[in-house]
Amino acid sequence: MLFRKTLKKSPWIVHYDCNSCNGCDIEILATLTPVYDVERFGIINVGNPKHADILVVSGSVNHRNARVLKTIYDQMPHPKAVVAIGACACSGGIFKECYNTLGGADTVIPVDVYVPGCAPRPEAIMEGILKAAQLLEEKKKNIKKGEILNVAKS
Amino acid sequence: MKEIWITLATVIVAPLVGGVVTGIDRKITARMQNRFGPPILQPFYDLFKLFSKETIVVSNTQILYAFLFLVFNIVAVVMFVLKMDLLLILFILAFATTALILGAMATNSPYSRIGAHRELISVLAYEPVLIAMTVAIYFVTGSFNIEDILKHNSFLILDLPFIFIAFSYVLTIKLRKSPFDLSTSHHGHQELVKGITTEFAGPVLGLIELGHWYELVLLLLFVWLFFAKNIFVAIAAILICYFLEIVIDNISARLTWKIMLQLTWSVAFGFALVNLIWVYIKYRLL
Ligand code: SF4
Repeated sequence: MLFRKTLKKSPWIVHYDCNSCNGCDIEILATLTPVYDVERFGIINVGNPKHADILVVSGSVNHRNARVLKTIYDQMPHPKAVVAIGACACSGGIFKECYNTLGGADTVIPVDVYVPGCAPRPEAIMEGILKAAQLLEEKKKNIKKGEILNVAKS
Repeated sequence: MKEIWITLATVIVAPLVGGVVTGIDRKITARMQNRFGPPILQPFYDLFKLFSKETIVVSNTQILYAFLFLVFNIVAVVMFVLKMDLLLILFILAFATTALILGAMATNSPYSRIGAHRELISVLAYEPVLIAMTVAIYFVTGSFNIEDILKHNSFLILDLPFIFIAFSYVLTIKLRKSPFDLSTSHHGHQELVKGITTEFAGPVLGLIELGHWYELVLLLLFVWLFFAKNIFVAIAAILICYFLEIVIDNISARLTWKIMLQLTWSVAFGFALVNLIWVYIKYRLL
């Protein structure tokens, strides 16, 4: 049916910059410009976690922003997915050893897609978001079965 | 019996038209920005996606208000297609907006509340023009009933050109397009997070989206009313009018509510008033 798999056709993203050096952020924003035209995949940057399907995180998590990240994640309605952009959001990157850093985004919330790189190219970010959009369908099925899936895939 | 079929057909066809028009709108906007743009059916994908998500509400009355917004819009469209009272349709349209405002006010989120306030101000801006439009149509045709209005023996636009200009002006506010997308906007770019719809999520947001499509169809039907004598002229007028709205949407930035109020009350309402006096003298005094 035409409208059965609509979750992957309209992934709305909300973008949160944890502690990024701004390198990943400008790449994410570059992805959202008309040059790459993410709207052709139905991707819209909504800026409101309640409307979003995919949380795009950049930067490493520290004690101060862990709570904020968790709140944004919790406010999103199921099914939802998380994409970690850049080495920092994947594992903590160059900030991993810092005394105030917890590590990657997966120390606080379940991450579904890791996009490595410092900073990743817009094409890679786009691919990561679209991969997460595919996962939404899977999650929807699992919610129907009564369990909420937290698969971590790279 | 015939009425029931017409009602059913309207309830089914109107959102299809509204969705496709929104899709074409997004496509044209994308082409204007030198992008490829989403598929025409993208609004439907968005809607079905919203309906397949989890419901999150802050207070349960929100669902009721979102539902009322949809229902009032459906009733307004159906009443128009059944050729009933124009004034009553305007009131029901105002009820729909009120339901949305109440829904936004039912939460404590400052974004949604400021959005609601701005929506109230836009109601304040466009409602006088709509009322002036209805009154002017009454002066020309001697009836508020769409059935009788359609019996008028020439194009309404010939008598009401300035009213039409004023109406196209408030159409921008009603469609929530730039420069008057104050309370919320249909595109990704936004301030106030998402304005009046901030606290609606999932299926409840879907209801509002659906309501907007009915509203869109109703507004396009208002345009049709001015050109109702000839169906081809009417369709051409609707297309041109909507295309101009998209152009204006793309070339202008958001204005503040003060400028919106000043402009609508001076320019748009001024135009409407001039035309109102003109038709009053022509049809009532002479
Ligand atoms: S991954 Fe590199 S570019 Fe991205 S936030 Fe970390 S240090 Fe900056």
